[in-house]
Amino acid sequence: MQLSSIKRFWISLVLSLPMLVDMIAMPFGFMLPNSRLIALAATTLVMLIAAGPYVKSAWAAFLKHQANMNTLVAVGTSVTYLYSLFAFFTGRDVYFESAAFVLVFVLLGDAMEEKMHANASNALAKLLDLQAKEAEVWRDGRFVKLPVSEVKIGDVIRVKPGEKVPVDGEIVEGSSTLDEAMVTGESLPVVKKAGDSVIGATVNGKGSFQFKATKVGQDTMLAQIAETVKKAQTSHAPIQKLTDRIAGIFVPAVLVLAILTFAIWYVFFNASLVQAMLYAVSVIVIACPCALGLATPTALMVGTGRAAKMGVLIKNGEVLEKVAALQTVAFDKTGTITVGKPEVTDLIGDSAALQTAASLESASEHPLAQAIVNQAAQAGLALEKVTDFEAIEGRGVKGQLAGKEALVGSAELTGADATWREKAAALQKQAKTVVFVALDGQVIGLVAIQDQPKASSKAAIQLLKKRGMRTVMLTGDNENVAQAIAKQVGIDQVIAGVLPNEKADHVKALMQKEKVAFVGDGINDAPALSVADVGIAMGSGTDIAKEAGGIVLVTSDLLGVVRALDIARKTFQRIKLNLFWALIYNMVGIPIAAGLFSGLGLTLSPELAGLAMAFSSVSVVSSSLLLNKAKIAGAEKQRPA
Amino acid sequence: MLLKIIVLIGALALIGIILWWFFGKFEQAAGKAKVVDGKQEGRVVVKGGYNPQVMVFKQGQPAEVVFDMQDSTACLSHVVFEKLGVDKDLAKDPHARVKIPTDQAGEFDYACGMNMFHGKVIVK
Repeated sequence: MQLSSIKRFWISLVLSLPMLVDMIAMPFGFMLPNSRLIALAATTLVMLIAAGPYVKSAWAAFLKHQANMNTLVAVGTSVTYLYSLFAFFTGRDVYFESAAFVLVFVLLGDAMEEKMHANASNALAKLLDLQAKEAEVWRDGRFVKLPVSEVKIGDVIRVKPGEKVPVDGEIVEGSSTLDEAMVTGESLPVVKKAGDSVIGATVNGKGSFQFKATKVGQDTMLAQIAETVKKAQTSHAPIQKLTDRIAGIFVPAVLVLAILTFAIWYVFFNASLVQAMLYAVSVIVIACPCALGLATPTALMVGTGRAAKMGVLIKNGEVLEKVAALQTVAFDKTGTITVGKPEVTDLIGDSAALQTAASLESASEHPLAQAIVNQAAQAGLALEKVTDFEAIEGRGVKGQLAGKEALVGSAELTGADATWREKAAALQKQAKTVVFVALDGQVIGLVAIQDQPKASSKAAIQLLKKRGMRTVMLTGDNENVAQAIAKQVGIDQVIAGVLPNEKADHVKALMQKEKVAFVGDGINDAPALSVADVGIAMGSGTDIAKEAGGIVLVTSDLLGVVRALDIARKTFQRIKLNLFWALIYNMVGIPIAAGLFSGLGLTLSPELAGLAMAFSSVSVVSSSLLLNKAKIAGAEKQRPA
Repeated sequence: MLLKIIVLIGALALIGIILWWFFGKFEQAAGKAKVVDGKQEGRVVVKGGYNPQVMVFKQGQPAEVVFDMQDSTACLSHVVFEKLGVDKDLAKDPHARVKIPTDQAGEFDYACGMNMFHGKVIVK
């Protein structure tokens, strides 16, 4: 017969009630008739129902030279029970209630812990529950409802107002606002139109649209998030090595201590055999390796689960420990601190300058070129035909425009004079990248292009500084522009003029002196992300699993970095607190149980020791669950769980 | 007095036995997997630990560990494969199966939820 812990607890409790009544009534000189016999019968039943499984498990472990929590429960209660049995038949005082109450408390602890453990690990189940069950797919000329598992890549799917997006894809028709909070942690609905990508499990607002599935099954963003969380939850933190080492010797050590307690009390302090035995049993019962074992995994489970809900994916327990030691956060500029979409902000000179620049740049692949071409298109300027186009590495572009030589690029390339250069410097100080436009050997204008900082960048960097972090920005831009951006958002140190392949080297250089986190785009900055102490990849796409770095942010919101650091630190602090508590509990509890402080009148009966033991592991799990309530920057924006 | 000396000697002897039994060197039995329909299946009995503690699979053939839960205490209710990201609740699923990737030789350690009991799967 398999009974759950909770059922065994209730049965044992009911069976123990007469003994409890007896115990409470005793000081008033009242005793139940036949109380010895009742205690014998009730405790025998409790032993069979409650202690049986512990004894069986402990015996199986013992045969394999292993000892554990069950060994302690089994030995502690059996010793008390067997002695009481002997005492019963020889007319001595019995201690049946000790064995019964210890078992009641241990079972209560087990049952509570099981329940809370389930609570701690259900973040993952909740995450997977977000998945839509059905999709309306275009098949054979009409939309049909199919289970999500039957959706294939390339299928066109219709999403009606208020429905969930079933898989990842790209909108082909229609537009709407989508609530993506459950996946990205972003509370504001996002507007999406044809060509934009949608994420499975997000909720459609009032519009309706059709989209083409691009990722299904295990490849969807949600599935990848769930996979990452799962891996993180079962991972080990290096701090656990200590507990693993303690756990290996804990139970035999406690057994030895208990025997010593018994022998010392009896032989050297003239305690009675019964008193010495009760001290020894208390030692066995109060010792709790469970609390030590639960300290790290439960905190890791709750912490990483909560982080995922906020769009922060922590890959493993090791990352948590490293975050706790961080001193510096280094950022990539483009796309991390800034939006990553440069726009033309100023034009000095007439429209001919813009037209010339746009005509020439239309053949270029530089990201800034796109900004100039877009601006010209907006101004309704027609592009002219360019011949002999040539890109001059790191300086600009050159070409023939209606028989004249046109140059777009740096001051040196265009041979700009001091007046133009001054104008350019003024713009650069406003964080704008400036290109000079020259036609037929004459500078005819300047185009200033700016990549705006993200709305959240300034606030995020301030919050990081408040947490004692030094902030560094790495960029390929020139010093003037970089400094100006740094000033706007409050960055401490700028490293400008960095070629893309040099980023990792600069991060390494920083790491000589301090512990560094690098924040960048998960694909392009992969080398820098992997050398840094902690790599934080900004959500660049839906390929979470492939992204480098120990932490992946689902959104490109820089506040995610603050949230990531907060939750990682809080989780690690919680692990340390749990371990400290579990160690202290045993270090204080065992000497008290052994009667070391009996001179001060401080002793513990086996029942109380059992109660303390049950609550030590429950308190560790509750402490981990409290992580769900810990204050995290920006968490107030989060959808209630 | 005599009784006290006997108790003392008995206690010391018991301590010696405990230390020898739990910390001495003992052989660990390794289990072999059965092959059913081209699939390797290794049965691990969960009762006061994992039996056999080491399970060996051949490389290159699909493999699964089947846990047979015979322990009804909370201690062994979870089985966690850290490297595989697997955490099974054996209290809910007493015959849980865990797929082991056999494309490469290697070792997969597993443990109970509190990391007190350990087992190992070897692919070679």
